[in-house]
Amino acid sequence: MSSASVAISMRLAPWLGPLRSMLRLGGSLLLGFAACAGIALCVGIDPRLMLSAWLKGAVEGPQVFETVARSMPLVGMAVAAAVPLRAGIVNLGADGQLVLGGCAAAIVALYLPVPAAVRLPMALVLGATAGGAYGMLAALGELYARVPLLLSTWLLTYPAKGLCGYLVRAPLRDPITAWPSSYRIEPAARLPQLLHGTPLNDGLIIIAVLAMLVVLLDRYTAVGYEIRMRGLNQRFALYGGVALGRQTLWLMAASGALAGLVGAIMVLGSQYRFTDGALTAPQYSWSGMLAALLAGGEPLGAVVAAILFAALQTGGFAMERSVEIPRVLTMVLESMVILFLAMRGATWRRLR
Amino acid sequence: MTNSFFTAQFFDQVVLGITPILLAALAGTLSQTVGLFNIALEGQMLVGAFAAVAGAHFGGSLADAVILAVLAATAFSGLLALGSAVFGGNDIVIGISLNLLAAGLTSFLLRSLFGVSGTFSDSNMPGLPRLHLPWVSQLPLLGQALGEQNALVYLSWLLVAVSAGALRFTPWGLRVRGVGEDFRAAVSFGVHAQRHQVVVTLLGGALCGLAGLQLSLGSLTLFSENMTAGRGWIAVAAVMLGRARPLLVLAACALFGFSDAVGLRLQGQGLPNQITDSAPYVATLVALIVAGLRQRFRIVPQPSPLPTPQPEASRSAP
Repeated sequence: MSSASVAISMRLAPWLGPLRSMLRLGGSLLLGFAACAGIALCVGIDPRLMLSAWLKGAVEGPQVFETVARSMPLVGMAVAAAVPLRAGIVNLGADGQLVLGGCAAAIVALYLPVPAAVRLPMALVLGATAGGAYGMLAALGELYARVPLLLSTWLLTYPAKGLCGYLVRAPLRDPITAWPSSYRIEPAARLPQLLHGTPLNDGLIIIAVLAMLVVLLDRYTAVGYEIRMRGLNQRFALYGGVALGRQTLWLMAASGALAGLVGAIMVLGSQYRFTDGALTAPQYSWSGMLAALLAGGEPLGAVVAAILFAALQTGGFAMERSVEIPRVLTMVLESMVILFLAMRGATWRRLR
Repeated sequence: MTNSFFTAQFFDQVVLGITPILLAALAGTLSQTVGLFNIALEGQMLVGAFAAVAGAHFGGSLADAVILAVLAATAFSGLLALGSAVFGGNDIVIGISLNLLAAGLTSFLLRSLFGVSGTFSDSNMPGLPRLHLPWVSQLPLLGQALGEQNALVYLSWLLVAVSAGALRFTPWGLRVRGVGEDFRAAVSFGVHAQRHQVVVTLLGGALCGLAGLQLSLGSLTLFSENMTAGRGWIAVAAVMLGRARPLLVLAACALFGFSDAVGLRLQGQGLPNQITDSAPYVATLVALIVAGLRQRFRIVPQPSPLPTPQPEASRSAP
């Protein structure tokens, strides 16, 4: 090899890795869409019609705002999943943290005897705190009783959902609603609208700022470096002096707090009351988890993937309306993309 | 109090609660013994439950339901075998995506094949008939629980014994354990390690199919979205608590069946069901914490109870 071509390949080298992973990502997405087209054929629907309805429904006209509004909780949950995933920790309990955050925020916004302008920030902070404390609880379980986080986070979602479901059925119940939910939060304690006539609220800004913060922390600080090192090789991080236990604790607290904050924003900014099941039914936390897995825990990639998933989900509604394909197909597509990606293996072996 | 609490019906519910978890936990036990960490039990069960109802509804007979449930769940576990045994992908990522794929796919098919969302039930569907064992069903308190179950319940008990015996005493079991203990050493002894992993994963899929069958046609005949409700994860916890030994895993499953029935019973006595529904999950957590603390305060520290996939450390030598 001549020296010139060596120089060129040296210059290209840093791009080859990302290029290969982009190709792999594109391939998985294509395979996922192909599988969905196959499913559509099986149930007797023209796949071209389905695809055009799906993609158009995501970006056409006022649908763009729907996509942006939907990407708020999705980006939040994707970052919540990505923060511990970056260190190789899987938080499967985002649903419980989300619900606790929403419930705590609703209680503060409804019952705390202070002016509404104070109640709003307090509700946001306490919602995040509730989620964070619950995430920390799972981490404590692993540190002190060696209960694997993978199981404890998942198992803890059930008591959280049960508790909040009970609260809005008995003590907090607004009797005029058909579905068990709390009273309506007064307008002064709600998150203000960002653009009138659209479903966007100030929560979008909060989540965008936090997501940016996580990206910066991940890239440019010592803390982020330690987390990334652990994700690459836990033993090396330990050897390098990272206090793994304390790191687990704070990663889970941060992840839970982000999930709790998303719940608080949903309650204070768009639902205006805590309704049983309203936060978990759209499966934001699972889509967020899949988005984080798609990016391998890298926060910026997780944000991009979450926005992509938000667009696909918004398109799913249009698809359901116009060609009568159940929009659950979006979930099928998302999980298939991750499945194909994980099957290609080698990059993911590290997570073990 | 004890008289009204521990009735024949209570023990019947215990056995009914144990069965699907036990079948799935056996699948998990086999997987872990061969050195794979299977957290896709939940999804495989859900696929089995859906396929059983589809078979019973469209085929009309119980045989169709059984065959379709086992075939569908085995095919679904083929994805796991392909991903983690053949391509060597991360089994946690593959497990999570398979669970979500199963949830999405079954809801999708429920809507497009049956035209309903939420729950599908059909009174013409054949359920698994309850048997009446001659002497056992005459027992005073446990008669109904032990003597009047369907064939699948008895099969699950038999399978515990069969899998324990097969793993312990047959050449096949020795090879499976060897692959789990040390993959490369097994290869160097001429064992087709990867083939064993694939076969065991598919076998686990069939077991999960039976678990799903029990769930959807065992006592009620219906399918509802996400009807597994975390049972697959409880099975994962049971495998961990039982350290992948079939008999210990059975004991762990009994604990969950018991707490499930206690929850149901407390609900009957007026506690809100949102609280009592979380009883099995809380009991699982408590059991995991107790087991973890026991490990922690042991004088000779044992290796971590976390099921690590390749170097199987938590089991002692056979």
